[in-house]
Amino acid sequence: MTTKKIIAPDAKWQEIPMAGIIPTAGTAKEFKTGDWRTRKPIHSEEKCINCLRCWVYCPDSSILVKDGKVTGIDYDHCKGCGICAKVCPDKVKAITMINQSEE
Amino acid sequence: MKIRHSLTGNEAMAEAMRQINPDVVAAYPITPQTEIVQLFSNSVADGKVNTEFVTVESEHSAMSATIGASAAGARAMTATSANGLAYMWEVVYIAASMRLPIVMPVVNRALSGPINIHCDHSDTMGARDSGWIQIYSENSQEAYDNLIQAIRIAEHKDIQLPVMVCMDGFIISHGMEIIEAEDDETVRKFIGVRKPQYSLLNKDEPVTMGPLDLQDFYFEHKKQQAEAMKNSAQVILDVAKEWKEMTGRSYDMLDEYCMEDAEIAIVAIGSAAGTAKVAVDALRAKGVKAGLVKVRVFRPFPKEEIAKALAKTKAVAIMDRAESFADFGGPLFRDIRASLYEYDLRPKTVSYVYGLGGRDVTLDTINQVYADLERLVKGEQIPMLNHLGVRE
Repeated sequence: MTTKKIIAPDAKWQEIPMAGIIPTAGTAKEFKTGDWRTRKPIHSEEKCINCLRCWVYCPDSSILVKDGKVTGIDYDHCKGCGICAKVCPDKVKAITMINQSEE
Repeated sequence: MKIRHSLTGNEAMAEAMRQINPDVVAAYPITPQTEIVQLFSNSVADGKVNTEFVTVESEHSAMSATIGASAAGARAMTATSANGLAYMWEVVYIAASMRLPIVMPVVNRALSGPINIHCDHSDTMGARDSGWIQIYSENSQEAYDNLIQAIRIAEHKDIQLPVMVCMDGFIISHGMEIIEAEDDETVRKFIGVRKPQYSLLNKDEPVTMGPLDLQDFYFEHKKQQAEAMKNSAQVILDVAKEWKEMTGRSYDMLDEYCMEDAEIAIVAIGSAAGTAKVAVDALRAKGVKAGLVKVRVFRPFPKEEIAKALAKTKAVAIMDRAESFADFGGPLFRDIRASLYEYDLRPKTVSYVYGLGGRDVTLDTINQVYADLERLVKGEQIPMLNHLGVRE
């Protein structure tokens, strides 16, 4: 069974696995849960020293990293908790939180 | 090969469990069920089964461990009574909604309070909406037969629901009777090996079980559960048919006794049905057209079968060994009344709540009910709700 079919919002009761069982991995990728967010982290590539503390602490795996460097934030899944901004070293402060409505 | 044993109900259940040889049993003692798992633990200690026996600290843990084992793909069992069932309440529902084919003997006992250890059905009747299939046994023989059949029903690929196999506390659990058992090989062949569709221990096909299920999917999963319960009726009959071919002992959703031409009838569940059969025989000898319907399967509710069985009667007494404090009779009474609503011609029905806290049900008790029904047929008034055998 494909991921798409399991999580299609219009899937009928006959089409989905019983009991809410999820028989494949990584289905969270299909759900854009970032719309819960009220505050938004803004990452500055200029200030960032790529210590990756934000990547370690992010509870939603929303810090995007390529070749050991932070490339941005996955806003489809970031909930705006602000942990990344908090753990960013005081002398760096490469992540600032803004109000989602300020965007 | 058949083996004749003289066994109590608890011994019969423990013997069936030994033959089932489940992968995991997690249990906590509670009267009057304790003996089942105590005797079964002897089988474990003596190396007669391969079961992993988990002694836990409560019934909530017993059911939780059983759920974990079943989700891992094991054939898992536990057993309980009354307050033990109440204590595992939360996870009883989770076992059903996770579609885990757990089979659990429940030795029926009154729920406290006031505290009482004797038989009534208040424990399992409370669990009637939990999503478990419920099969009730009249005697030790039925307890043995029902428990083995329950494995096949629960694990059927279209069902995958847990089953409670109920038996009256002390009256049956501690009363010795002759039962006819099958040999180990026959039982093992009948139940086969569990082949779970999903298993947490299957590393080749990893799955997530029991995730958060919100407004967008929970309802669809409940529909699946309802559909599985609906389909279980046919599976229960198919398994019974196969059991009969093998053992000669036949089972149905209901047991109809002298109902072909009955004008007055009692409907009951469990051991009281045995007493009622004796009363029916005596009444029949006197020319009274009395009959009895024993309900074996209460969930799913055999609505059509019961309406058909009662269709030609004039008056029916529905006996509940549980008070549901609705001021509208017990759960069996209300389900049967609702079943009859579809039919234009239907008998008069009266509710008798009886035997609470183990109050004895004698022939005199049952005869009193049939006498009331005869008066009702003659046009006399009988209260719709009665507490049978209470001092007043």
